[in-house]
This record gives sequence, structure tokens and C-alpha cells, in this order.
Amino acid sequence: MINMKEINLDYAAAAPLDKRVVEKMIPFFTEHYGNPSSGHTLGEKPKEAIEDAREAVANLIGAEAKNIIFTASVSEANNLVIKGLVKAGKKKGNHLIASSIEHFSVLNQLKTLEKEGYRITLLPVDEYGMVNPKDLEAAIDDQTVLVSIQTANSEIGTIQPIAELSAVARERDIPFHTDAAAAAGWIELDVEKMGVDLLTLAGDQFYGPKGSAALYVKRGIRLMPQVEGGIQERGLRAGTENVPAIVGLGEAAKIATETMSQRAGKLTAIRDQLKESLLKAVPNLHLNGHPEQRLPHNLNLSVEFVEGEALLMRLQMAGIYVSSGSSCTSQALKSSHVLSAIGRPPELAQGSLQLTLGPGSSAEDIPYITEQLAEIAALLRNMSPLYHQHLKEEKTNASVQ
Amino acid sequence: MPQYSDKVMDHFTKPRNIGEIEKPDGVGEVGNPVCGDMMKFSIKVKDNRIEDVKYLTFGCGAAIAVSSMVSEMAKGKTLEEAKKITNKQVAEELGGLPGNKMHCSNLGADALHKAIDDYMAKEKVSAG
Ligand code: FES
Repeated sequence: MINMKEINLDYAAAAPLDKRVVEKMIPFFTEHYGNPSSGHTLGEKPKEAIEDAREAVANLIGAEAKNIIFTASVSEANNLVIKGLVKAGKKKGNHLIASSIEHFSVLNQLKTLEKEGYRITLLPVDEYGMVNPKDLEAAIDDQTVLVSIQTANSEIGTIQPIAELSAVARERDIPFHTDAAAAAGWIELDVEKMGVDLLTLAGDQFYGPKGSAALYVKRGIRLMPQVEGGIQERGLRAGTENVPAIVGLGEAAKIATETMSQRAGKLTAIRDQLKESLLKAVPNLHLNGHPEQRLPHNLNLSVEFVEGEALLMRLQMAGIYVSSGSSCTSQALKSSHVLSAIGRPPELAQGSLQLTLGPGSSAEDIPYITEQLAEIAALLRNMSPLYHQHLKEEKTNASVQ
Repeated sequence: MPQYSDKVMDHFTKPRNIGEIEKPDGVGEVGNPVCGDMMKFSIKVKDNRIEDVKYLTFGCGAAIAVSSMVSEMAKGKTLEEAKKITNKQVAEELGGLPGNKMHCSNLGADALHKAIDDYMAKEKVSAG
């Protein structure tokens, strides 16, 4: 593999940290290694740094620093939201609502709660992945204790009308949570304008470190800690703080707040160009997700008649890294619940490609990516029974006309 | 992506005997109930031997390698011999398959056997 191009189109899975983030983190591994809970001087600097990070994260989402809690992942934060809220039991009821395209860290908890006797409503989405506020309104009853709808979908990129949705919940006085993991750092978020009571986000989605995440909890919302112990993080999350990770999250949030529009603008331009180029070069290629209301760095396409793992392997041989919603690429051998929720038939879900851009993305690579995908799609279609059937149908249609 | 053996990668990157035989003597089509993929084998039979075999596959890397391997194993064999090819043998010939990919090996031999059955059923009709 000499001189092979390497093109990462899977930055949502992992992206390199911004160098400034790393620099900011380093002293907290060795120099300022103290425990923020210590009563003596060694804890001072780390404690200060955590509070600065809290401020920076709050700024990113238009919140107040005192309402931000740090956790080690969005999955953990989402668990604190849902289980924590249910267990706190401030509002009596046994009904929870979420969209059908939430992340598994939301969906799997709801499944567990269902087994424990709770009623769960998963709202449908339209062909683009949008939740309709009317459906939310219809689903709410006097037993509903929480509504959880993501800000944007990590797989198909669709951005939800959160303000409209939260308004429906607020009218009935029901707490509204949004999982903003895919959206934070990429689109403007403001907890006030969005009207949300709880918001979760992850640092590694905007060039911060893995293992850094945060939760916004509006005043008046009660949660039961899911990790009990010391009284770190207002008693909501015990355990000695991971200071370097928190510092990194803070710095990433600060940079994201300052540079969001440039960053997003640059990647949107590349993404749109890539999309046009691919749709032109590859016949029977379908866009998944919303054409406009979508994350700047996300593109999701289904290559009809072929399966995603085969595509992925061939693309990897060409130095291009992508991911797919095909059942064959999943450990559980289940195809993407998101693609099935937007009504994609199994064959199209099998051929899905999730392309996410990041710091290394460049418009210069578009011709190469296009040429490779066109070639690979043709090659795999040539051995696909579905494609051959399609050709036969085309022939009969032509002769009928 | 799963760790595939060199043999699997070889058959995946250079699949042998792709296609559909024009006037086949037998055709066998199977779908994979686990993940929804498909395989279609067509055979040409002469003097009780599989003279030619081709396939089309809609599936993962393992499924493609399996179909290619099955086609190689079946070519030139008598119908009886070809009927004895098992999924396990195919997986072995490929230098093994990752655990969660074993189900893909079921497709290959099944589709081939179906094609042979199809041929035999037709033979019976024309003989009777
Ligand atoms: S064909 Fe789906 S996992 Fe192999």
C-alpha cells in the first residue's frame, strides 16, 4: 500500500482532536494533577479549570454554567436524564415519549423501562426523518413524564424542529430532553430558544476528547443520580472528575462557539459538491435524510442493488473510509432502525453509506471519491441479482413502450 | 469490519464465475433470513457433471467469497458429488469465517443444491 490515498469519510465515528484542545489538556495530566475536591492548593488550579470549562460549554448552548453537569459520555448523560428523571418521580406518571430514530442510549433504556411496566410511545418520522409536532401532541397524555427527541440524527443528519416540539410539551408541563450529541458544535444551539429542559452533548463530536460529555439541566428539574457516591457535579454524578477530559471539552466548546459558522460553512460546501458529484456519476443513488434541514458535515446515500459491507470493503481498498447502515455491517445483524423508520425498504437500507466530513476533508478529493464509488458500484452491481432483475425489467418496459 | 482470512479476501476481490448462464439447466435462488441478502446460482449439466456454474450475489464480503468458492468447488463435479458440498466445507475451504459471518456460508451450498434439484426435477419431467 504505497502512496495510497487515505480519505476519511467517517469522521462522526472519530475525529482527531483540535491541536489547541490537546495543548490545553496536557498540563492537567502532570503539572496540575490535583484533585478538584482537595482542600489544599493542589486542587485549586484543576477546580478553576473545570469551572472555566463549564462556562465554555454553557456558552456553546446559551445556558448558565451552574446548570451544566459533566459526564463521561452522552450515553451516560442520557441515562442520567431518563432513568434519573423517572426515579426522581417528581411528576407522577408511567408514560414516556421519544422519537423512533433516537440513539440506542435512549431507545434501550426505554425498552428496559417498558419491561418494568412503563408505557413507551415512539413517534414516527416522515420520509426525511422529521418528527411532526402534531404526532407529539396526540401522543401526550396525563401520565406522560418525559419527552426525549434528538436535535439532529447522527446517521441521516436530519435536524428536528425542536422549538416547535418542545412548545407542545411545555404546554402540558412535561419536561423535554434533547440529545444534541450529533448537533452540538455544528449548528447553533440555545437552550432558551429551543425551549428544552435537558440537553446532552459530547466533546468528541466537535474535535474534543472521547470520554467527555455534558448535560444541561434546567432549574427545577429533578434527577436521581445514577452514579452515587461523592458530591461532585452537584451530587448528580459521583466520582473524581476527569479533569483533562473536561478541560478538553471546554476548549473544544470555546473553539466551536467562535468558529462554528466558518467550520460548518466550509464542510457544507464540500458536502454539497460531493453530493452533486456522486448523484451525477452513480445512477440509482438515493439521498437519505432531509435535503436541507441537515447537519453540515453529514451525507447519507443508498446505492441501490448492492450491499453496504461489500461497498465498505471495496472503498477501504481504495483508501476511503465510510460506514453503512447495512445489517451485514452490524454486530447484531440488524439494519439501521433509522433507515427503516424513514421507510427505506431493506434492500436500500442494505446499500446505505454514511459519509461524514471533518478537518481533513477537501473538495480536491471529490473527483477521486466519485470515480471510485462509480467504479465499485458498477462492479458490485454486475454481480447483483437485484441489478440484473432491474435490467430485465427495464428492457421489458422499453419494449412495451 | 470483520477480520477475514486471506482466502476470503482473495475471493472477494477477485470473485470467480460471476454471472448468469444463458440457457441454464438448473437455477437455484436463496435469500438469507438473517440479514436479507440473496444468491442465485445457475448451472449447465453435461453427462451428469456440472459443466459450468455461475452466480449472482447481493450480500456482504463473506457472502460474495462464499459464492465464488462454491462455484469453484462445484465446477466439474458430478451432481452427486456437488450435492455433498456442505456449508461447513465451504467455510473451511475459505480458511474459516468470523463467527457472526457463519450464516453467510449457508447461502452458497443451499443455492447450488437448489439449482441441482431444479435440474433433476426438470429431467424427471422430460424423462417421464
Ligand atoms: S450476507 Fe449479510 S452478513 Fe453476510
